[in-house]
Amino acid sequence: MSLLSVDELAVTFTAKGRKDFQAVSGVSFSVDQGEVIGLVGESGCGKSVTSLALMGLLPSKGVRVGGRAEFDGTDLFGLRKSQLRDMRGTQLAMIFQDPLSSLNPVVPIGVQVTEILSRHRGLRGEKARKEAAHLLERVGIPDPTRRLKEYPHQLSGGMRQRALIAMAVACAPRLLIADEPTTALDVTIQAQILELLRELVDQEGTALLMITHDLGVVAGLCDRVNVLYAGKAVEVAERRELFASPMHPYAHGLLGSIPRLDSPRGQPLNPIRGSINDQIAWADGCAFAPRCDHYVMECLTGTPQLTEPAAAGHGVRCVNPVRDSSDLDVPHLEAPVMDTTGSEATTRHPGGEA
Amino acid sequence: MSLLELSDVKVHFPVRKGILFDRVVGHVQAVDGISLSVEAGQTYGLVGESGCGKTTLGRAILRLVDITDGEVVFDGTDLAQLPEEEMRRSRRRLQMVFQDPLGSLNPRQNIESILAEGMDAHGIGDTREERRERILKVLDRVGLPDHALGRYPHEFSGGQRQRIGIARALVLEPDVIICDEPVSALDVSIQAQVINLLEELQEQLGLTYVVIAHDLAVVRHISDVIGVMYLGSLVEEAPSDDLYASPRHPYTKALMSAVPVPDPEVEDTRERILLTGDLPSPSNPPAGCRFHTRCPWRQPTRCDTERPGLTDIGGGHKVACHFVNEIASGELAPTSALAPDMLGDSESPVDDPGGDSAGDSGEGEDAASGPASGAPGSGGKAAGTNA
Repeated sequence: MSLLSVDELAVTFTAKGRKDFQAVSGVSFSVDQGEVIGLVGESGCGKSVTSLALMGLLPSKGVRVGGRAEFDGTDLFGLRKSQLRDMRGTQLAMIFQDPLSSLNPVVPIGVQVTEILSRHRGLRGEKARKEAAHLLERVGIPDPTRRLKEYPHQLSGGMRQRALIAMAVACAPRLLIADEPTTALDVTIQAQILELLRELVDQEGTALLMITHDLGVVAGLCDRVNVLYAGKAVEVAERRELFASPMHPYAHGLLGSIPRLDSPRGQPLNPIRGSINDQIAWADGCAFAPRCDHYVMECLTGTPQLTEPAAAGHGVRCVNPVRDSSDLDVPHLEAPVMDTTGSEATTRHPGGEA
Repeated sequence: MSLLELSDVKVHFPVRKGILFDRVVGHVQAVDGISLSVEAGQTYGLVGESGCGKTTLGRAILRLVDITDGEVVFDGTDLAQLPEEEMRRSRRRLQMVFQDPLGSLNPRQNIESILAEGMDAHGIGDTREERRERILKVLDRVGLPDHALGRYPHEFSGGQRQRIGIARALVLEPDVIICDEPVSALDVSIQAQVINLLEELQEQLGLTYVVIAHDLAVVRHISDVIGVMYLGSLVEEAPSDDLYASPRHPYTKALMSAVPVPDPEVEDTRERILLTGDLPSPSNPPAGCRFHTRCPWRQPTRCDTERPGLTDIGGGHKVACHFVNEIASGELAPTSALAPDMLGDSESPVDDPGGDSAGDSGEGEDAASGPASGAPGSGGKAAGTNA
């Protein structure tokens, strides 16, 4: 029994007079105590929407959430607002990407941290302040009692992110959802924050759902990885498995596009062609087909299913997965040319986007 | 003689206070004494964290900010001394590509007008047709369709906008392009397209680049020589392969070890040098070596009193550290601020399914085997010892 199990999560945005937009469709994963699950993908793939849906932070109007999300036996989507408020903070907590806009700029850090302590743990006055100072110290903020009196703008980016983490772990939640927690930070600070998250998982047994676009972060931190594309998980695997033998052409392409610090120089990168705007609806086939080098005719016949073609536990949503890297050298067919966007200046150009 | 030579360039911004009496109360020393030279046809990469002054330096080369002191010699002329009008004219040969592709394009101008503006200013092309012809050629080079001419920036995706930014620079046929974070606003798959484009253009047109970026992997990929900046000065400069193989300055070592590598085998085994604390304020930089407040190898003498200069240690590899040799030989162990031991234990489960795949783990093993062959005191970072 996992701590959190998400089954076929679907999030649809609706607006009057417009076609519904399905941001997430068919994302399933589970997180255990002490486990780190990664959701990776580029902008627009639905990773943040997934996290917001789990935290119940999507607006109530104009959004339809489908599928199931069970947290320790309770259905997250069936909870009343007040019940959800009690859960947030104590059971599941979230760390946001941009620490400056997630903190209230006109309230000192101390007040923002003690607010949580008094709401969920009933701590007041001196006791709450002491605990808050202790929390800041634990996340590695030097001189915590002084920092408690300071405002967010007086803290550096790394320190703000630490304060945010302190607030998230204030009530020892069992699941932490971290949405791009290091994207706004410099690499040396990023390394500090990742180390802190790793410690939390190792020492407290906190489960961590890590949402990021950075495959390097995933490689170092996550146990299992879900690669998302256009709202669906296209590949799900244990991290070593994923990096050693990515099977979905998208995952394969992503790994090929990243310049690596330790790879020999002088080789051109192998970018994925086109951009995220070149996609077809999942209902008509594989959304990635227009950008895919591994495309076959069957790609355009219905939604591909998540299967495990090679090894158990390594799911791939592709009818023609990459078996080994030489597969990709010969393009099977010219990519389908289809006009998927109205407004974009799109014509296909060799090597160009779109 | 190099195409572009900077010697002891300083850019200080005054900090003012007071409403009635406009007093200068201090200076932010954004760039504080940088000398470097860029060879024609090569790419010079500038890396560093936010606030280290890399963008300011890039802008100073074009004199988009005032240079407080020092020389910027481009093709024999000192740009720092040129009168404004002559400087404007020489910017035809020195162009810039900005970080934010949407923010640097006027939303009310169509692509043709954006690209023609520079030609207008520099008097290139006599007739509209002539200009259009030239613009079309450049658009084709950067991989944009002809009908982009009449469109507006918002109609393009992020990667395409960056291509427009590059086209705007190219249309003037510059010698040097300064790229300030050219890909950091883009998704990885698009990043790779733009990086490849920059490389192709360099090959075809013999361009010289100064690439400014915080992403070490990107910079290493495209640069021939890399300069690492910290708090307004260069701490290390080396040919790109050298810098990766044997980073010498403690800051470079820490920076390298902090960059996540998309390979679990490498991530699990490599050693991390975690820096404590944050970048000190450039308005009040620490005395002595600027890095000494965060340096794991800090020594009680010299580091906090004497500022180290950039010295050549052979093969064009320059380092600004008093104790380079001692650190490299392992004589000095890091004193503080090391991460809990992340060394690759031999018992870590390596059932290595990655060995045969994609040929990408070869270098990784190299990096991973370093600590084992290791320096005393677990300190000498892997690659530092094999020089």
